[in-house]
Amino acid sequence: MSKMHVTTTINGEPVEFLADVSSTLLDALRGSLGLTGTKEGCGTGDCGACSVTVDGRLMCSCLMLAVEAEGKSIGTIEGMAQGDHLHPLQQKFLEMAALQCGICTPGVLISARALLEKNPDPTEEEVRFGLAGNLCRCTGYDKIVRAVLETAADMRESAR
Amino acid sequence: MNDMSNKWIGARTIRPDGADKVTGRATYSADNTMPGMIWGKVLRSPHAHAVIRSIDTSKAEALPGVKAVVTAKDFVDFPIDKSVMLGIQDMRWMARNILAKEKALFHGHPVAAVAAISEEVAAEACKLIEVDYEVLPHVIEIEDAIKPDAPILHDWVRHEGKPSNIAGTMVLKAGDIEKGFAEADIVVERTFTTRPVHQGYIEPHACTVSHAADGRVTIWSSSQGQFMVRAMTSLLTGIPQSNIRAIPAEIGGGFGAKTIVYLEPVAVMLSKKSGRPVKIVMTRDEVQRATGPAPGSLMTVKIGAKKDGTLVAAQGTFYLQAGGLPGSPLRGPVGCSFAAYAIPNVLSTGYDVVSNRSKVAAYRAPGAPHGAFATESVLDEIAEKLGLDPLDMRVRNSAKPGDKAIYGATFGDVTFVETMDAIRKHPHYKAPLDKNPRPGVKRGRGVASGFWYNAGGESSVQVNITEDGNVVVTTGHPDVGGSRASIANVVAELMGIDHSRVNVIIGDTQTIGFSNLTGGSRVTFASAMVATASCEKVVGQLKERAAKIWKIDAEAVKWEDGMALPAGDNAGKFPPLSLKELAAKANEMGGPIGAQVQLNTTGADPGYATHCVDVEVDVDLGIIRVLRYTAAQDVGRALHPSYVEGQIQGGVVQGIGWALSEEYLYDKQGRVDNASFLDYRMPVCSDVPMIEAVVVEIPNSKHPQGVRGVGEAPIVPPLAAIANAVHDALGKRFYALPMSPPKVTARMDEA
Repeated sequence: MSKMHVTTTINGEPVEFLADVSSTLLDALRGSLGLTGTKEGCGTGDCGACSVTVDGRLMCSCLMLAVEAEGKSIGTIEGMAQGDHLHPLQQKFLEMAALQCGICTPGVLISARALLEKNPDPTEEEVRFGLAGNLCRCTGYDKIVRAVLETAADMRESAR
Repeated sequence: MNDMSNKWIGARTIRPDGADKVTGRATYSADNTMPGMIWGKVLRSPHAHAVIRSIDTSKAEALPGVKAVVTAKDFVDFPIDKSVMLGIQDMRWMARNILAKEKALFHGHPVAAVAAISEEVAAEACKLIEVDYEVLPHVIEIEDAIKPDAPILHDWVRHEGKPSNIAGTMVLKAGDIEKGFAEADIVVERTFTTRPVHQGYIEPHACTVSHAADGRVTIWSSSQGQFMVRAMTSLLTGIPQSNIRAIPAEIGGGFGAKTIVYLEPVAVMLSKKSGRPVKIVMTRDEVQRATGPAPGSLMTVKIGAKKDGTLVAAQGTFYLQAGGLPGSPLRGPVGCSFAAYAIPNVLSTGYDVVSNRSKVAAYRAPGAPHGAFATESVLDEIAEKLGLDPLDMRVRNSAKPGDKAIYGATFGDVTFVETMDAIRKHPHYKAPLDKNPRPGVKRGRGVASGFWYNAGGESSVQVNITEDGNVVVTTGHPDVGGSRASIANVVAELMGIDHSRVNVIIGDTQTIGFSNLTGGSRVTFASAMVATASCEKVVGQLKERAAKIWKIDAEAVKWEDGMALPAGDNAGKFPPLSLKELAAKANEMGGPIGAQVQLNTTGADPGYATHCVDVEVDVDLGIIRVLRYTAAQDVGRALHPSYVEGQIQGGVVQGIGWALSEEYLYDKQGRVDNASFLDYRMPVCSDVPMIEAVVVEIPNSKHPQGVRGVGEAPIVPPLAAIANAVHDALGKRFYALPMSPPKVTARMDEA
């Protein structure tokens, strides 16, 4: 099978890679690019563990071909913190114990960031629907929703 | 030790493994690679039930890129007539589950496995394996499997002297139920069914394995016990345990189902044959089709009571699905259903029923939610018929400390009444509820309780003082939901140092002593106990070192706030010696400071939970929504309250899924029809409300910090609590789960 050359941007850095035409962006990230922070829970777009942003838009990377990353800007969990400085959502998830096993956490964080970028002042219901594409089997979602709401409030406060 | 004003025990500290998990750096089982690694793939049965006449792998082996093919013949033989047990698992069935031997017993049953240079080549090779099947009639449901003319899965299974699919029986009794029912003023008998539900962990099973030229094996995989992985792999492959290093990857959820192996022994033999490291990752389809689930059930519960609500007799008959091979968790419903009530006459019987579905695996309080659904529904009906408050009736009948449990133990300081009281006195229980908020919508409230045994067992820990005077703790237990955080709190407290100076890691099988599974709600109980014993030894060493420096008796030294101090004025006047100072002098004063403790821990009293739930039913669409949920549980002592609450909240939401939406569907050919997260409907964030965890803390006197197990009891009450709430809303009682929209509308149409 011949491979295609892909030129893209991942977490702000230029990246080139070769991809089978049938492989997904998730395969490329976890495989040759070594970015295993993005997780595979289902491969069918139902669990959200592979959530990334593509030009700022939330996507399941298992539902997108690797070659479709050409010319795009991809955001993964590895780019969420700025060096040692965690994103406010990451810090709040730690403080409020919004993770147990942690396998869904990268996807949930990427989704939550995308939600807050669109809606900095969500209601509980908006958070719940905003994260409805991210399955978590450990937490019952309670602490996740609280952490997102509290982060949103903190971010609004610091933006004032 | 049970001082509730502790500095670190009970604090909401940040977990030691947290930063890696929010940045994507934590390494789960599918995240590992090895130099020269190749890929394994499992060939699975296309039939629900078939004799395997022969397997021809020659064409697959000839495919370019294929490095090895294995079948059951490559593994240790476990003859049917000789049981080999590892804990509760029988290796005869484990061997036949990882690779079918005489028969394929379910659609998706592994039949052979291939290792090749890529996943694509491995998958292509699987298609070239020729399996000669003799297809047999299949049977899926319990009701069909126990019929006299049912297809028989195993000719060696006998029940009452005849060939049968009932592979095992468990009976517990007390008193005389006939006499008991004769004394009753009211007797209610109902039959219930529940469907199999998957544990639903988001991380599929995966492993990377290296079998080196010298016969030494390294396994990277996630499980609820690296020692279980080592022991089962050793038994199934014949490789001695000393040559198998099982390294625990971070685990992406298990809930009981990762207490057995599926892939590791297969990957080891592929690696041995190919001479290359081998990685296997299951797809979600494979996970749903061929791992877990928890059994479905068919249950009849009959309870007799006096007019005042005193329970006089109870009988339970519980049929549980085992899947294709024996081994359903009978002790769950048989032992737990009536355990918390002082009923003088009880007969509780369980039947282990094999049928052509995947072998069941443990799921949080295995079997107990089933039994509680039946028992707690019948109790609700009795309370209603007698005009009693359902919790008052439960409290009246509650077992007390010193009572003998039906399963043989004598209860220690159990706190069933206190837990029920936490709900009786909670504002939720008394809050007004508008039962008819708008046309087409009904609301109701329900309560139920649930019991789980809890467990102690083997645990090892090493506490080392680093040369710079900090602490590293190595435990032998995979951390499924915050156990490292809890142990860090305990060690910081006992060493009297800041939490940030304690690091907790999980050792592999060759670096830490034997530690049993993370399961049974035992890990925080057991590991806090060994960590405490280890810290006491380390503090003893530190006091001896200070005594040596000061040239006084070790008894004249005390340890406070991370420092050695003279115990009193008589000991002499010396400036305190800090942990850092003592660590710096360690080598000149006797060598490294540290202690390993290995214990078989005991004293784990049962877990008990009482839940209250409000539901809303859309009577036209059949949609049931949970509006409010309050879950009380006595946890003894919450070492880290956030992760205790998290266990309760997570268990409750799994219970909501079990009650309302989750079930396995099969087609006419006996194939799972909904093997995806789209069609197997677990609760999503927008399905559920906040879950209020009421953490009752009555210290367990047999544990140094007062801990009781937490993780399992929370999934026991929700099924019945929700069914009781639906009954309160509609005046109709559901005896079958899930109460999904089609089933609710069908029930509404009956009227």
